[in-house]
Amino acid sequence: MTADSLATLSDQLILAAILLYLAAMIGYALELAFGTRPAQVRELVRSDGGTVTETQPGEPVVWARQAGRLAVGASWIGWAANVTATLTRGLAVERWPWGNMYEFVVAMILAAVTVYLFMQLRYPVRFLGAFVTVIAALGLGFAVRVLYTQAGPVVPALDSYWVAIHVSAAIAASGLFTVGGVAAALYLIRREGESRLPARADLERIAHRVIVIGFPIWTFAVISGALWADKAWGRYWNWDPKEVWAFITWVAYAAYLHARATAGWKGKAAMIVSLIAFGCLLFNLVGVNIFFGGLHSYADVP
Amino acid sequence: MTVVEEEQKQAAKPVGLGVIGWLRWGWRTLTSMRTALILLFLFALASVPGSVFPQRAVDPGQVARYFAAEPVRAEWLDRFWMFDVFRSPWFAAIYLLLFLSLVGCVLPRTLAHLKEIRRKPPAAPRNLLRLPHHAELDGELTLADAVAVLKKRRFRVETGPDWVAAEKGHLRETGNLVFHLALLVLLLAVGVGGLYGYKGNVLVVEGDGFANTVAAYDRYVPGASVTAESLEPFSFRLTDFQATYVGPGHEKVGQPLTYSATLSVKDAPGAPDRVVDLQVNEPLDVNGTLTYLIGHGYAPVFTVTDGAGQVAYEGPVPCLTSNTSTFESECVIKVPDAAPQQLAFLGRFLPSTLPAGDDWVSVFPGAVNPTVQIWPFAGDLGLDSGQPQSVYDLGAHQNLKPLGKMTAQPRPLAVGEALDLPDGAGKIQFTGVKEWIALQTTYDPGRMPALLASIATVLGLVLSLTIRRRRVWVRMTDGRATVGGLSRTEGSNFTDEFAEIVASLNPRSGVTDDR
Repeated sequence: MTADSLATLSDQLILAAILLYLAAMIGYALELAFGTRPAQVRELVRSDGGTVTETQPGEPVVWARQAGRLAVGASWIGWAANVTATLTRGLAVERWPWGNMYEFVVAMILAAVTVYLFMQLRYPVRFLGAFVTVIAALGLGFAVRVLYTQAGPVVPALDSYWVAIHVSAAIAASGLFTVGGVAAALYLIRREGESRLPARADLERIAHRVIVIGFPIWTFAVISGALWADKAWGRYWNWDPKEVWAFITWVAYAAYLHARATAGWKGKAAMIVSLIAFGCLLFNLVGVNIFFGGLHSYADVP
Repeated sequence: MTVVEEEQKQAAKPVGLGVIGWLRWGWRTLTSMRTALILLFLFALASVPGSVFPQRAVDPGQVARYFAAEPVRAEWLDRFWMFDVFRSPWFAAIYLLLFLSLVGCVLPRTLAHLKEIRRKPPAAPRNLLRLPHHAELDGELTLADAVAVLKKRRFRVETGPDWVAAEKGHLRETGNLVFHLALLVLLLAVGVGGLYGYKGNVLVVEGDGFANTVAAYDRYVPGASVTAESLEPFSFRLTDFQATYVGPGHEKVGQPLTYSATLSVKDAPGAPDRVVDLQVNEPLDVNGTLTYLIGHGYAPVFTVTDGAGQVAYEGPVPCLTSNTSTFESECVIKVPDAAPQQLAFLGRFLPSTLPAGDDWVSVFPGAVNPTVQIWPFAGDLGLDSGQPQSVYDLGAHQNLKPLGKMTAQPRPLAVGEALDLPDGAGKIQFTGVKEWIALQTTYDPGRMPALLASIATVLGLVLSLTIRRRRVWVRMTDGRATVGGLSRTEGSNFTDEFAEIVASLNPRSGVTDDR
């Protein structure tokens, strides 16, 4: 296959991935909405005239559960399309396929979906699918509509093996933080008491688990970025806007980890801190390139 | 300010305590987790203006442009150090407090941890069945077997008359402390680099040389403790520079692909020459002093003959790139030696020229069809006035007058062509094209310590976030063994591992989990 047809195939696969993620989103949503019959509360009259309330837990609804399983299948196929799109893009341009904003966002979405899909193999977190796939579809749509760049070579500064190290780490951490952000947002949306969503404690645990894995990877991404900057620009740290926001994101996630261990900050406050940190991550990803420029602005924002 | 599982007690408010009491209260408050958390937020918040406003340390030119565009606002912002955020006293105040808070928290914990590491696991509680994880074994188990099993799982083990106590996971706190101490080392390394390091920028034209001395730099920024003698005495000559670009037919036509500068380097005076291929991402390294290729541009070569028929100037003139995608460049040629009047020229260099109506434009960054448009001036350059001047700027010279009739778009000269100046003032010939490169030389003795500290932070972080501290006890009562387990790390899943431990102690037993 020629480079051009590989690049075209990559673009088509991204569209297929969007559609599959949307289909999966519908399946997950159906399961979330109709998967369990509401719990029955009955008031029984005892022989002595008093009353007892009896709560029967909701039963699973077969067709809705089936929709959930189909959604997982659609997610895996969408994931495969996403993986193949990234691979064919890399083959078409003969370099690591994360040299500009478009490619970075595609890879970050892939990382987030990967984290979710492997997590749901081990833990009962299928409900997250509805939210992860909608973010994946929106993210890919944003990449295609706003950030799209024709497959091509990169400027000399980006033509380095450090792309594989620094950017891959940033992508992996961003994927993990995205799943953490979804869980944290659900935590805040869900109030205490009855809900279709899992208990707040479970959501908190999911968020914490992915952030705990993501944080050292993000730390490594920042440090390997400094190593690359030392190679390319003659200094390892110079407070370029991207560096400033990577640092702010790092401090914000560190604050989350400390908040979680501080009396009075556990639970809701810590979750809000983690969402602020996620906001910083997104701003660093998109906002810095658009608003500030700086040395990282070669990332090709049209 | 460490990630603690135990809740820290808030410092109690002092009531009628003297100076010592207030100091104690202040220290306790400063080193509390809550204060550390607030300082962390402030640290992040304080960095934001550093990305919003241009910074002198990053791009002084942009700061100057900000001052020109918004003088009043810029002056006010400058009063609050908004163009020097990361060198401002208030930013320093935040991170010094944060690191003081860190020292106050980490040092006592390090001492406590050193004691804790040497301590033996605590004796088994009387009733192990009350622990969150516990199991009763039906089979026969001797204490020696239990010790062997637990030791094989790398627990530290202590035995009593009828019990075994085992503990594992001290590396969690070790990692936590290593992480925080490494952050302190990192800060020190950055400080040392700032004191003993230096940075210099220089522009070198093909064929020219450079020797690493303070005077040779166009811009030189030494640390507070750097002397002129501490510069590494290397020198080099730029023999060739090559840039390649994406060719026509692609969306990104003109985008640079590779830069390569060939240097002939002498590591010290008298040392043999070595040839170095300098590229982006591949700096020149002379004993830890690094030279980077950070930019390039064109230097057209001119020969200026004055009215008296003498060659008054001959050589390349580095031009400033005004359009980075076509490398259209602006040149200023000053000829103070010209007689009878001094001469000056403004030039517009076009590396790949195409006519566009009355105008000419450059369509490609490579020098495919280089031309230069020339606007000549004559008069007094004012070089004797004592005022410093930029070589890239004619400035507002009142004593310079255009020679002849000024046209908006003079016909550009191709290589070899000459422009005869009116009134017999001489001529200027465009004889060739050279390229210049912009280099940055840095020496930072804090680099390696900073790198080692960074590696330590990542390793410490991984240990402190993945390792769990847990204890296991085995107690024998009337020939029957009970096993109890306790995870000392909140939110961790010890159930599976405990089940495995029980299974390896006795495969036939059942596990109860009361959590």
